Parts: sequence; C-alpha cells; structure tokens
Amino acid sequence: MNKLDIKHRDPNEIMKLSRLGSFHQSKLSFLRSFIREFKNWDYKNNLFELDLNGNGSAIYSFSRKDRVYSLVCFSQYIDPDERSDRVIANKWDAAFVLYDGIPSTKDINRLRKNVPKQELGRVSCSELALSRANKSVRVFDHVVEALSQGTQPDKKLLNKVGYLYRTTAVYGSGKFGLADRFRIKDRKEIYGPFRLEMMLVYLVRQFTFDQVNHIAKSKNPKKAVELDLDIARNLGIGNSTGLGMAPFIINHPTLLHNWIYSRETALKEIRSIEKVDQAAFNLFKYCLDKSKAMIESWQTESQFQNHKINLLNQGLVQFDQFLEKKFSIKDKYPWNNIYIWASNNLQDEALEYIVSMVMEPYDDIINPLINNMSSDEEKYFTIPGHKKISDLRSILEKNYKSFLEIDFNEKINNTNFWFISKNKAEPRIANRYEDFGGDLEQPLAIARDIKQLYEKIILEEQTSSISNFLSKNDEFRHVIRRAFIAEKCPYSEIQDNTIGDSLVPIDMLRLKLSFFGAVKFDPRSDKWLRINMYQGAPLSHEMKTSHDTWIYNVAS
Amino acid sequence: MYSLSEIETTSKRASKAAGYSWGMAEEIGKATSSLELFGLQGVKNLNQYLNIIKEKHPEKIFKIERVNKYDELCPIYCGVAFLDQVQEIEPLRKITFYNLSYPILILAFISSASAVLGKKILVQFSNSSFLMNFNKSIFAMNLDSQVIALASEISIEILDNEDSFSNDEWQELSKLSEKTFVEESDSLKEKGAGAGLLDND
Repeated sequence: MNKLDIKHRDPNEIMKLSRLGSFHQSKLSFLRSFIREFKNWDYKNNLFELDLNGNGSAIYSFSRKDRVYSLVCFSQYIDPDERSDRVIANKWDAAFVLYDGIPSTKDINRLRKNVPKQELGRVSCSELALSRANKSVRVFDHVVEALSQGTQPDKKLLNKVGYLYRTTAVYGSGKFGLADRFRIKDRKEIYGPFRLEMMLVYLVRQFTFDQVNHIAKSKNPKKAVELDLDIARNLGIGNSTGLGMAPFIINHPTLLHNWIYSRETALKEIRSIEKVDQAAFNLFKYCLDKSKAMIESWQTESQFQNHKINLLNQGLVQFDQFLEKKFSIKDKYPWNNIYIWASNNLQDEALEYIVSMVMEPYDDIINPLINNMSSDEEKYFTIPGHKKISDLRSILEKNYKSFLEIDFNEKINNTNFWFISKNKAEPRIANRYEDFGGDLEQPLAIARDIKQLYEKIILEEQTSSISNFLSKNDEFRHVIRRAFIAEKCPYSEIQDNTIGDSLVPIDMLRLKLSFFGAVKFDPRSDKWLRINMYQGAPLSHEMKTSHDTWIYNVAS
Repeated sequence: MYSLSEIETTSKRASKAAGYSWGMAEEIGKATSSLELFGLQGVKNLNQYLNIIKEKHPEKIFKIERVNKYDELCPIYCGVAFLDQVQEIEPLRKITFYNLSYPILILAFISSASAVLGKKILVQFSNSSFLMNFNKSIFAMNLDSQVIALASEISIEILDNEDSFSNDEWQELSKLSEKTFVEESDSLKEKGAGAGLLDND
C-alpha cells in the first residue's frame, strides 16, 4: 500500500514550457534504452570501401537470429562552401540509411543514387531511417593530422566540441518512402520510441571513428596510429536541430503524454519507496557525482543556457549540503524526502536533474515503462460524437485552465504564427504583424483555438451532442479532438501559448531531445541548438560488457 | 512507392488547401491512407474530387436521416457526419444517400464507424458491395471501377452481430475438432484437478 499516497505531478505545473525545457536525459532516454536492448546483439562491420580521402561506402550491422539491421554509409567530398548544417543544404559529407536486413549489391547501388540526395531522393519500405551528417572540420582535420603523425589528438579541443560529425536530420516512419511504422511496430526489440533512429546514430558514430583512422592511415601508412579508445569513447555524435522538431510534440499528443507519463510514473513509484537500501543510494550518488564532469564540460556561448547551467551548478552545491547535513537514508521514504526538499529549494533546471538521477538505481521500475513510451495514435483519433457539450466544457475547464485566462486580443499573446516553408516543407515561425503568410497558419495555436472553442461552447445548449456542435462548427474539430485526447492523456498538451511573444521555441526542442538522451544543449539562437549524443557510450565492440551508467563516463 | 505516412500528410495538406478546415483535413488524411492500406484508390479519388470542388466548395450535411436526398452530396462531409453521429443513427439500421460524389471516399469513414459500433456495415452502390469489418478490412464485391464520379444511390446497412454460418455447419466442424481430444480413463479422472474434494464445502 502506498502509505504516503504520492500522486503523479500536476500536468498544469509540469507541462509548462519552462519546466519541460529544463528536462535532462535519464534512464528512460531512448539512446540508453537502445543500448540496453541491443547490447547482446552481434555487431559487425560488413563492408568498408573508402578511398584514400575517406570517400566511399561502408556497412555496419546488428544481428540476432534471423533479424539483421544494416547501416549503409556513403561519404563524399564536398566543397567547404557547400557545407551547411541548415535544412536548406543539399550536400553533406556523409549520408546514411538503415536497411531492414542485409542489402544486396542491387540495393546498395539503388541507395547510392538516392541516399546522398536525402529529401530529393527516394527510398523504399526496405529502409527504416535516413540521415546525413557533416564533419566538424576543425576537429576532424586535427584528429587526422595528429593520428597520421603517430600522436593522439589534443583532448582539450576534443572535449570542447565532443564529436567528429554532426547529423543535421534523422528521418524515420514513412518519410521519403521509408517503411511506415505499422510494418515493423510489432517487433519487440523496437517497442521503445525512436529505437531505429537511435541505432542509426549509434552506428554513424562508429563510422566516424573508422573513417578518421582510415584517412590517417592512408595519409601516412608507416607512422599513423589509431585513435585511442578512451578518447573515442569520449566522443559522441553532434546534432544541429532547428524548428522542424518543435511542432512534432504538438502534433503527437498521445506520444508526448506517454513520454511524460512514464517519467512521472517512475518518479511517483520511486518517491513511494519506504526503505532504500545502501546499494541503491550508492549508485544514485555515484551517478550524481560522476555526472558533474559532464556539466563541467558543458560549454555554450548562449547566455540563456549559461544562466541555466549556473542555476544547475548552484542547485547541486545546495543539494550536496542537504545530503550531507539534513538527509538520512534511514529515514522513511528517503527519495520522497529528497524530492520534497528539491522542489522547495531548487529551480527547475536542478530539480529536474535530480528527478532524472533518482531513477538510476531502479531497473525494475524503469524497464517496464520503456515499452509504454510508444503510442498507438489511431486509438484516440476518432472524436466521441455522442458525448455532450457539458463533457467537453468540463475537460476544457480542468485540462486547459491556464489557456482560458489568456487574452488573445492582446498583441503579445497573438504575435506569432507557425507555417510550413515552401523551400523545404519544414515548419517555421513568423511574426503575424510583420511577415506574410499568416493566412496559411498551421493548426499549432492550441491555446488560442481552445479559448475560442470555450467561448463558443459556453453559449451552447449543454446537453447537446458533440456531433451536433461539430456539424455547425467544424473549424473547431482539430481542438475538440485534442481535448478528448487530453481527457484520457493528461500530459498530452503543452500548457503554454505557442504563439505568444515570450515563446522560447528551443524549450520545445530540449524537451524532445532530453527524451532522446541528448546532453550539452547548446542553443545558437532561440530557434536552434546543437547537442551531443552517445558521448561516453561503449564502442560497438564493447556493447556486450557495457554498463547502463556509461553516460556518466564523460571526461571533464 | 509512397508510404502511408506521406499519403496521409499530403492528403491532409491538399484538403486544407481545397477549403476544408484543419480538423476535417486531418480526417481526410487518415481516411485516404486507410483506403490505400485496404487496397482502394484513395489518392486517385481524392485528387479528382478536390479538383472538381475547386470552383465551388461542397455543402455540409448537418443531420443524417434515414433518407438523405440532395442534388449533390460531399462524400467527406457525409462520411465524417456519419462517423460523428453513428451512435445516434444506429437505430435507423439502413441509411440511404442520393447523389453522392466519389462514393469510394466515404468508405473509410464508414469503416471507422464499424469499429466504433463493433458491428459490420454493408455499403452498396453502383452494383458494388463493401463489407466493413470493424476497420480491420473492407471486403469489396463486384467492384468494376475504383473511381466512380457519382453514385445516384448508396445504401448503408448496419448489420447485427450474427454468425455467417448455420448451426449444422458449426456442429459438423466442432465434431471434427473433437478428434484432437483424448478420452480420459477412470483412473485419470480420479487423479484430475479438483478430484477428491467436495465442492459443496
């Protein structure tokens, strides 16, 4: 029995963007659950045909019994002037596709013609994920130069950047002809969300090491040495992420709910543990202490982020003092004591850091939650037309309270609109009062539309059916659907105005990326950021013996 | 080959551009990909229909009646209204629409309604019949053309949950299935689960 009756945290509090934008990686994160799931699969480098400059093709695979996933890599020379991380680029240093099975020569030839073109090429339902990446030229060239001279690269420089390549997009689920999720969703090994995208990025990381070693060796066969494994392990894969990712979390409400609900369930269950054994507490403390190296090496020029990092550091100093002076593992419900203290004394950035940390000792709580983090969106799509207006009204009053208080006649609350750019079919945001295109606004102004819906339904006959209301007001159909989803999935909705002038879009990106397991958020503006994935992760040949706490192995 | 996800997204955006609301466009995207999944030509029908309504956006239907007779009916507004109102109109059992444009497009919505009700629904027009199986499949009979610009009459019948076979047929099959069973000996019966206990204690 849960004597303390600890409840899930209130969505109205947790789903604020400032809070969601303070989330950190955790044991629930997708790149960590990918490694846990695939650690016992067989890894192989099936093909490595690069020229002296590192251009050509390579294939890496994970296999178990009859199932094989193969990463097909194509690297090419590009003029430095053509190298761009922006989505408008059309050439990249390397392009990748995850193939379902073992590709034949015919498949490889087909993919060679299409994959380097990315959005302009076509792939098939035999392919599962598509990506491209650019070198961090300064770091890559330095590593090649050092290795070819028989020395290891400058660790300081490497720590500062943290990777050799940055991916600039990773596509899955039916994009550009890739396999739809329904074709593969029953495979147990990919129950967790974005698992194949995580696999792709992990294998890309291995390619970057093999490529850099290959070029160094080609340059100076007699003198060259291979990249030290400890240095390699401390490198991840960078990623540049822009606004394209932001509407995703609005457009997939049940998925968002499942992610946050899993996190909140984990926290609730952990806070409800009455007696904590020393081993569990030691593991928590070990991860917390080790993670400080990661924070130390977290570099950004963003004032916004530096302020948050300072808050995190200050919070962790206070937390250490609390643990030392006021906390005892012998007290009842120690994790709850930690949570209550943290929520009363710390800002969001440090509070959510500690929430992530308390999950570390609990495989038994976390692992069952992972499989619930995907979503069958079809299940919630149909609007229950037989329900009454009064049902809808109470959902709006309960789940969207803060939206109903916003005055959208105020310019500051109605400043922006989201649109899809013609150039690259990507989401963008613009000022309604200064830019063109407001008439083609995407349905992402949820707060405004919910408020308008509310103002309309309070004047309606409350016993009237939703179907009757919809027959005359179908402009509200998209938000009525959302409201009925929110009734069942309370964490499905961001509790903020996504068109107000105080919106910080990178908060939306950080939310998603924290669930991916990204670290070292480095905002380059309020609309895009760089991150690092898999820094500290076991190398491909080390997976079988790796420990889940690898993420805290980052050297400072 | 285009993925269902691409079909859904593009159909949704095209429908919004053709004058439907975002919420309706979401329904159309889902319906078109669902038709393609079931092997019906959703994209072809939608493309042609959106082309013909460029000049004049179709009228909405507000309440579905037993008989719905208009000069021209939109398969999308009718389909979505049918789905929204299906629990309300279930007692009508059989519903008829007259002059419904591109009737293939309505099928996806009726298919979803079949899942909502937990009942099979039979749709008939232009000598073709379609049995909706709880949105798991659509069984089409006598389908000569997958693109029909107008169905002068379309009937939709909500079917009772009944077996598709006779009791004799069931008995015959059951008898055959029993040949996989083993006759228990008296001694086995005495040792079986629950043996030796009184059930009225």
